[in-house]
Amino acid sequence: MIKTSRALLAASAAGILVLSGCASATDDSSTSSGSTSGGGSSASATKVSMWSHAAGNDLEIATVKEAIADFNASQADYEVVLEEFPQESYNDSIAAAAASNTLPCIVDVDGPIMPNWAWAGYMQPISIDSALEDSLLPGAKGYYNGELYAAGAWDAALGMLVRQSTLDAVGARVPTVDNPWTKDEFDALLAAIDATGDYDYAIDWGNGWTGEWFPYAFSPLMQSFGGDLIDRTTFESSDGVINSPEAVAFGEWFGSTFANGYANPAQTGDRTEFIAGTIALQYNGNWAVKDAAEALGDDLLILPPPDFGQGPKIGAASWQFGVSSSCDEVEGATEFIEFILQDNYIVAFANRIGLIPATAGAAAEVPSYAPGGEFADFVTFSNDFGVLRPPTPAYLVISTIYEKAVADIINGANAKQALDAAADEIDANLADNDFYR
Amino acid sequence: MTTGIQSRLFPASLKAKSARAGFLFVLPAVGLMMLFLVAPVILAFSLGFTNAKFASPKDPEFVGLDNFTEMLSLAQVSVAADPSDENVAFDNLRELTKPAAQTQYSGMQVLAESYNDGGTQADFTIAGDALFWKSLRNTFVFAGVVAPLQGGLALALALLINSRIRGKVFFRTIYFMPVVTSMVVVSILWIFFYQKDGLANVLLDAVIPGYEPVAFLAEPSLALPAIIFMSAWQGVGFHMIIWLAGLQTIPGELYEAATVDGANKWEQFKAVTWPGLQTTFVFVLIIISIQAMGLFTQINVMTKGGPLDSTTTIVFHLFREGFRKNEIGYSSAIAIVFFVIVVAISIIQRRLTRERD
Repeated sequence: MIKTSRALLAASAAGILVLSGCASATDDSSTSSGSTSGGGSSASATKVSMWSHAAGNDLEIATVKEAIADFNASQADYEVVLEEFPQESYNDSIAAAAASNTLPCIVDVDGPIMPNWAWAGYMQPISIDSALEDSLLPGAKGYYNGELYAAGAWDAALGMLVRQSTLDAVGARVPTVDNPWTKDEFDALLAAIDATGDYDYAIDWGNGWTGEWFPYAFSPLMQSFGGDLIDRTTFESSDGVINSPEAVAFGEWFGSTFANGYANPAQTGDRTEFIAGTIALQYNGNWAVKDAAEALGDDLLILPPPDFGQGPKIGAASWQFGVSSSCDEVEGATEFIEFILQDNYIVAFANRIGLIPATAGAAAEVPSYAPGGEFADFVTFSNDFGVLRPPTPAYLVISTIYEKAVADIINGANAKQALDAAADEIDANLADNDFYR
Repeated sequence: MTTGIQSRLFPASLKAKSARAGFLFVLPAVGLMMLFLVAPVILAFSLGFTNAKFASPKDPEFVGLDNFTEMLSLAQVSVAADPSDENVAFDNLRELTKPAAQTQYSGMQVLAESYNDGGTQADFTIAGDALFWKSLRNTFVFAGVVAPLQGGLALALALLINSRIRGKVFFRTIYFMPVVTSMVVVSILWIFFYQKDGLANVLLDAVIPGYEPVAFLAEPSLALPAIIFMSAWQGVGFHMIIWLAGLQTIPGELYEAATVDGANKWEQFKAVTWPGLQTTFVFVLIIISIQAMGLFTQINVMTKGGPLDSTTTIVFHLFREGFRKNEIGYSSAIAIVFFVIVVAISIIQRRLTRERD
């Protein structure tokens, strides 16, 4: 009995060793950047690894995969291999990969984060076809220290979504790009909607989305008041900027929309209430507008945000493609980026996800974004009102600290104290990190 | 029959053979543990004495105890206040604490404030890291409430299941299911339960007359209790199983003897059950305490430390400092302090429960 079980053990151990040997052999042939193939061998094109943050966004990732399949089929030198990540953990995954020196070749990067990754040495500058570079929207390209690091297929814009019938019911006018709501008008509108009692809340600010949404959505509102996140001449201090009287005015006003019951401090992230009709206004981006348009039809209005003093402002810059610093196949990676930025793919992204096409040529082919189209207003918003988040490596930290300050304000903290604390925290962190030079 | 060399290579004694076999079997597990548990701990300990950054083109530098002095420093400052405008006192304090002020208080944050009778003077307690102290407080509150709540509830459930009721296995499975569900999934579900129009409010409204629905996770005073309740619900099944194992080691004859002596259920529990559960009690207590001190997932998914720092915990604070604010060295220092606290608590618990025997 002992002899047979010992033999069995030995046999299974040997089997496991053989299998793991086979597995590691196949692993070697499929590892990404760094593996080269013999020239002229069509059976093994050089693999170019790519990471995408869009796992879970079915339409977006499907378009990316299509572009990859087409690229791989169109030439025999390079084969792009995709790995998808959920957006929430994508940035951490990149940072971890950088720490262990296993970055992929092609990365996609959120516009305002790119300066940090470039400064930290995760990314290298790229040079794409100059005609293509010139044709891209300002929000679809990322520059750091004067060099291009990333280029994207779309830009995103924000707007106020509301039903025409809601405005009619309270007798409010429909604002236009040239004549947006003033702060007083908007306050009166919120109060009037609240007074009807027809809605759980007057407005959904999206505060159920934590993370990058807070600075992306709310710092432009703050800029409309006249505040900002950091001194954009030196990028070395936030004191006097993020807690300027204008910024504090924004904080107090924003907090009041929650304190007055116009918005829900415990808002969840699914944001279905607008389409369901239980919240009257929704501050959302053009990626969410397709569903709303299908559900509401002609009753949907896409409106600019209010003018709080400095004109209406919305965020700009979305996800873009770049090349990591440890990439060996820079040529292949750049070729792919140029490939996926061709008009037909930009059109595909715009049609499927509802984002603004990054080139005028593509925009002309997308009915909803062509002049007179359903969502053409977003293009105007982007051109006229789009403001970039501060292009500094310190942006990650600013984003975290600002998010906490706004979250505290939403929960009833004193706006001046919250923003003063944010200014001090940012300044202390900047000094401690040698100003991210 | 064996020569000298042979006896070294092939030990004749069975004990040495099995000892060596045992060592080889344990080697992979110990090796993995060294690699993934011990090595990171040692690395973290060393990082805590540097100014290492999460992302930086520069190399980390040794800074000695600077991280710890920043974390643990406290001070009392008094400034002039204006009874009609609370911002005046804070502005006056900021003249001392803002980084540009370059005073000994620069970079410190407000931990607590109190005013004199006329409201003309404000006494501030400021800290090098106010969030650390708030996190410490929240973590201790959480662990202090969850331990008896979860442990006691688990014992009650175990006693119920151990009795002769029908559907024992069914109930055991039901109570254990939250334990095997990912805490992230549980947290997301409970975000919806705790909404103003969510299940929790609906149930309370049905049970309590004149109840006003409230968004639990948006109320600074209710968010932590809400998370305590949810965490206890999720973890109770695990400790119920442990209590059950302990209950089943108590010999049935003792219960029979107690019944013969005329003891009722409560007296049986006091005299037979509870003494027999002493070792299980110590185990459950220490495990719950250590797990509770490490509270992170629920906070990260549900409240991100809010509202108003009422749910920030030590692990969440160190995560935010390290991964969001780029300060890996400082975050490692917090981890060292956390480690010391948890070890101290475990030792104290061991001491206290040992003396009882």
